[in-house]
Amino acid sequence: MANIVQFENVGLRYGAGEETLCDVSFTLRSGQFYFLTGASGAGKTSLLRLLYLSQRPSRGIIRLFGEDAVILPRDRLPGFRRRIGVVFQDFRLIPHLSAADNIALPLRVAGMAESEIARAVREMLAWIGLSERAGARPATLSGGEQQRVAIARAVIARPELLVADEPTGNVDPVMAERLIHLFNSLHRLGTTVVMATHDWHLIDRVPGAHHLHLEGGRLVDPEPPEAAFPAPPPPSTIVRSGL
Amino acid sequence: MTRGGKPRATGAEARALDDVGGAHVMSWVIAIMLFLTLLAGAAGLGTARAAGALDRQMAGRLTVQIVEGETQRRDAAAARVLAVLRTLPDVARATPVPQAELARMLQPWLGKDAEAAGLPVPALIDVDLTSDAGTAIARVGAAVTRASPAARVDAHATWLGPVGRLLDTAAWLAGAIIVLMLGATTAVVMLAARAGLEAHRATIEVIHMLGATDRQVARLFQRRIALDAGIGAVVGGTIAGGAILLVARQIGALESELLGGMRLGVGDVAMLVALPLVFVALAVVAARLAVLAQMRRML
Repeated sequence: MANIVQFENVGLRYGAGEETLCDVSFTLRSGQFYFLTGASGAGKTSLLRLLYLSQRPSRGIIRLFGEDAVILPRDRLPGFRRRIGVVFQDFRLIPHLSAADNIALPLRVAGMAESEIARAVREMLAWIGLSERAGARPATLSGGEQQRVAIARAVIARPELLVADEPTGNVDPVMAERLIHLFNSLHRLGTTVVMATHDWHLIDRVPGAHHLHLEGGRLVDPEPPEAAFPAPPPPSTIVRSGL
Repeated sequence: MTRGGKPRATGAEARALDDVGGAHVMSWVIAIMLFLTLLAGAAGLGTARAAGALDRQMAGRLTVQIVEGETQRRDAAAARVLAVLRTLPDVARATPVPQAELARMLQPWLGKDAEAAGLPVPALIDVDLTSDAGTAIARVGAAVTRASPAARVDAHATWLGPVGRLLDTAAWLAGAIIVLMLGATTAVVMLAARAGLEAHRATIEVIHMLGATDRQVARLFQRRIALDAGIGAVVGGTIAGGAILLVARQIGALESELLGGMRLGVGDVAMLVALPLVFVALAVVAARLAVLAQMRRML
C-alpha cells in the first residue's frame, strides 16, 4: 500500500508566536481512513491546512503524492489541489450559487464538459439525498443539507485524498451517522480520508480506521477522555513514522 | 476523474462572482471616461486637421503691398512689381487683387469711395511661391524691393503663424488628455478589480482551494470587467457620438474657412470608433494584471 502523505518533523508557526505544530511526523497510506482528534487549539485545523496545501510549514518535510510539497512551485499547486477534496468546518458554500452549482464547481474548475458535469452532479445529489433541492441556494438549506452539499462538492471529482474538518460538528447525531456512512462508502471506493473530529464515538463507526491524536501541537498516543469514556475503547492502529 | 483536463471557462463558472453592490459603477465610470475621451479625441483630431489646413494655406504664400499715396504712381509700381514677380523662378503665381475687391474689404472702416476721397489705398498682389523655404521668401522680397522701394512683402506664415501654433498646441493638449484619460481608466479598473477581489475573497479562496489556477480566477474578473466596460463603452460612445455630430453640424453652419478645416476624415472617425474597443481591451488587460498580481500573494 503506497504512502500518499508523509510528514517528517513538521513544525508550523504563525508569525513570531509559539509553534502551533511541533515535530509532527506521520504517514498516511493510500485508501485508508484516518481520524484526527484533539482538543480545541491542539492544531487539528492547522494540520489539515498543511494537508490541503493552504499553508506551507515553517520547517520539516511534507511529501504529498510522492513529491515534496514544501518546495512545490506555486504554479503546480492547483494540480495537486484538484487531487484533494476538502470539507471545511464552516462549509464555505458559495452563497449565490445553487446546491447543484456549488457541487459542480470542482468539475468546472477542472474543465469538464457541461454535459458530463450535469450527469455527475445529478448522481451526487441523489447520493446525498438532495435531488429535490438541486436549485436551492445554501441559505435556504438546513445545516445538515449544507454539510452534505459541502461533502458532495469535496468528493465529486473523486479526489485521492479527502480532508474533512469537523464535518459532523454542526449536525445532530443521526445526521452525523449518515455523514460517516457517506465518508466510509467513499473510503471503500479507494479514497484516503482524513477526518478531524471531537467525537470519539465516530471512530468505532468506521472499522479499521486509524487514529491520530494531537495535543499541544504534537502527535501523541490517543487516550479518550475519562469522563466521556469510563472504559476507553481500544485505539485503532496508529500509523506514525518511526512506530 | 477530471485531472489533466484543460480548464475551460463556462457561463456557470463565471457566475461564481455575484453582483456585489456597486459592481456596475464600473459601467458608469467607463461611460463617463469614454465620453470625455471621445470629445477630447474629436476636438484634437479636428484641431489637428484645421492646423494642417492652415499650414497648407500659409506655406509659400505672400502678399505684396504697394503703399503709394498717388494712385498713378501706385499703379505703375504695382505693374512693375507684378512683372518682376512673374519672371522669378521662385514664384508660381502672382495675382493682383482688384482694387474693387480691396475697396469692398475696406468699406466697413473707410466707407464708400475712400479712394475718391483722397484716402491712400495700397495695391495688393497675392503671390504663391514654388517653395515655402525662407530663402525663397528672402529672394522674392529683395527683387520686389528693387522693383519698387514702396513695396512691402508680408509672408502669411508670419502673421498666421501664432494661430497655427495655437491650433497645434490645442491638438497636442487633446492628445495628452486622451493619454491621461486612458491612464486614469486603467488605474480605476485596477482599483475596481482589486476591490472586487477583496469583496469576493471568500469565494476566491474556495475556488482557489478547489484547484483553480490564477488565470482561471483572473478570467472571472476579466469577464465581469469586460461586460461592465462594454456596457459603459456603448453608453459613453453613443452619447459622445451624438454630441460630436451636433457640434460638427453647428460648425458646418458657421461656414468659417478655419473651422471648416476641422472636418474629420474617414481615418479620424475610424480612430474614434476604435476608442471604445481600446477602452474595453484596456479594462480587461488592467483587470487581468491586477488580479494576477493579487493572486500571486496567495499560496
